[in-house]
Amino acid sequence: MERAENLARILDVNETFARDEQGANDWLPILKLHRDEEAFFERHKEATSENVVRFYILDSENPNSIIYSVKAARENARSIRHLVSLETWMQLNVFYNWVASLTARNLRLSELSRLCGRIKEGVQLHSGIVTGTLYRDQVWSFYRLGVFTELADQITRLVDIKYHALLPSWQDVGSPVDIAQWNALLRSVSAYHGYRRVFPARMTPTTVAGFILLSPRFPRSLTHCVSNIEKTLDELLTNEDLADISFPRDSLETLKELTGRSPDDVIRGGLHEYLDEVQVALLAFGDQMAATFFHVH
Amino acid sequence: MFGGDDDAAAHTESIRARLREMKVSTLKRRAQSSDRELYNLGITFTVYSDRDAIDRVLPFDVIPRVLSRDDWSHIERGCIQRVAALNRFLHDVYHEQHILKDGTVPAELVLRNSNFRSEMKGLDLPHGTYVSICGIDLVRDGQGVFRVLEDNARTPSGVSYVVENRHLMMRAFPDLTGNVGLRQVSNYGMHLQAALAEIAPPSVSDPNIVLMSPGVFNSAYFEHVFLAREMGVPLVEGRDLVVEDDCVLMKTTGGLRRVDVIYRRVDDAFLDPEQFNPKSMLGVHGLFRAYKAGNVSLANAVGTGVADDKAVYAYMPRIVRYYLDEEPILQNVDTHLCREPEGLAYTLAHLDELVIKPVGESGGYGIVVGPKSTRAELEECRARIEKDPANYISQPVIDLSVCPTLIDGAIEPRHVDLRPYIVTGKESWVLPGGLTRVALRKGSLVVNSSQGGGTKDTWVLE
Repeated sequence: MERAENLARILDVNETFARDEQGANDWLPILKLHRDEEAFFERHKEATSENVVRFYILDSENPNSIIYSVKAARENARSIRHLVSLETWMQLNVFYNWVASLTARNLRLSELSRLCGRIKEGVQLHSGIVTGTLYRDQVWSFYRLGVFTELADQITRLVDIKYHALLPSWQDVGSPVDIAQWNALLRSVSAYHGYRRVFPARMTPTTVAGFILLSPRFPRSLTHCVSNIEKTLDELLTNEDLADISFPRDSLETLKELTGRSPDDVIRGGLHEYLDEVQVALLAFGDQMAATFFHVH
Repeated sequence: MFGGDDDAAAHTESIRARLREMKVSTLKRRAQSSDRELYNLGITFTVYSDRDAIDRVLPFDVIPRVLSRDDWSHIERGCIQRVAALNRFLHDVYHEQHILKDGTVPAELVLRNSNFRSEMKGLDLPHGTYVSICGIDLVRDGQGVFRVLEDNARTPSGVSYVVENRHLMMRAFPDLTGNVGLRQVSNYGMHLQAALAEIAPPSVSDPNIVLMSPGVFNSAYFEHVFLAREMGVPLVEGRDLVVEDDCVLMKTTGGLRRVDVIYRRVDDAFLDPEQFNPKSMLGVHGLFRAYKAGNVSLANAVGTGVADDKAVYAYMPRIVRYYLDEEPILQNVDTHLCREPEGLAYTLAHLDELVIKPVGESGGYGIVVGPKSTRAELEECRARIEKDPANYISQPVIDLSVCPTLIDGAIEPRHVDLRPYIVTGKESWVLPGGLTRVALRKGSLVVNSSQGGGTKDTWVLE
């Protein structure tokens, strides 16, 4: 569900903000972001807005599409339906049926922003219902761990690719296009207003990337995710059923060290290298979770 | 509508009066919103075609089927009696086999039955309960007599619809369900949980119960979820369980936990690849060993299929008398066994008047209704019977009772049956009402969901 929301955000923002000087949209960066160029061009000749939007919303064979993600979420919920609340299941079921009923007509550019809005709302409704109804036992802890790990993964990917895309125009820092791109990045993750409150007058790559990744108050930031992962994990391990479990904390410690750095240090040491380290640690953390609690090796 | 019919039963008068005040269009609108709700709730069964798995809503008719207190009390007593006889019969055929030795039931009918599990011989079960959950299909004939059409002693399904249908009715028709003195059905999960706890191995005081499902692709998966939730027990698949030292353990995030009772919705053949079908992916290696050692209880027990066989069915009245020394409270439908020369001769001579059923099938498949078949179909049926007589029984066509049913905006009579659910641990309890299935096709007598059937809420009045 988090993936579906992120896709909706990215499609929406790309349509609204990411225009070049001529005012035309460039949809290639979205494909790059998800490393989907190959899969996409097997099916489509050109990265037109119609093709890309369709690929990411309705293509049920694309594992990075909204329909694919929502369907997977529904199937997962179905297999643990006795653990989630009735309301959770019902909303997910209705939401999936709605997404599955969308047709090309619903994807017209004039409708896109509204459509992405509804998708986002669907996911937000989902997380609200889960928060309001899920029984607070292990299931809740694992749910939160999953959500924050996924969010952390997405935010690092997003910053990585956007940052790369923006590098060629590095010398144009402060130019209208550049500002528009940073704007788009901030808005795509709902960080714009928070950022403005902290930095009313400045917009540099360091402050933007630093805010999105490291602000402890921005709810989608890496720092926020990691500190919630730690909190949730500690809570989970106090469960008496899990008294015999020992969880290796090394990857979590790495993540904490990484999110403890200052934005300047991060940029100076190379943002891409930094994000790579984060990704490796997140992956290791996920593997340790699977091995410890679900005996998956 | 609902008025002026001299034949309508007196006990439904107050309900008919309320329905009379409702416009058909109102009824139709509420029916549509109920359908949508079922779909949204995902109360569906899955139909598999070559390409897709399609979730279908079991059609729900909003006009309830109402049973009087007297009728119900008769059915309830009859069902409890029948389950008692089934359990005694199963205990006997897996122990001393008195009933076979003295010829009351032909030995080869039981011993050569593909559902007879010789592995069960000599195994003692808590309270002698083999059939913890039983669904007995009843029909009401032209004289108004309830008769047993079939016993379902393996894994009868459909009870989730009984409870969900009621919830649906209460939401959609608060003006109809209030103050009529309706016996509740929502405590099914508690009764089932209590019965399963009663059949736990005697040494266990606070048993761990689980529900074992073949998994999310099973067409009854919704019901498995429903039952696990209503009982408050874990829903597991075979791969979540392991057997160590003849004990069944469940994998959890905190390690392995002992399991004492399994309500399994997996057929005998797939339970344990070590003992039964070696290709089963759904089962648990060594489960039967643990069962045989008395370390885990299964509901229903292994080998109950021999008792709900359509050929054994014909002997049920005798089985009731044999073990309980009582007259059967619920009658069978007259049944001709093609395995017996007289039965075969009668069946072949009256094919066009009879309903012919293959013994081993379920879900209404393979049934031939004589009066509704063409000459060619009957000849084909005759050939099949002659080739393998023991595989067929025949019964007279029962003029199933009808209930008013909403069909395309009009109220029409449609044929119904009734499946009460009997839950047995130490003693038996019957869920008031049960599943009413309705044949939505005009004139049809086949109520199975796979054959165009729907369901109704069943009301038992206090």
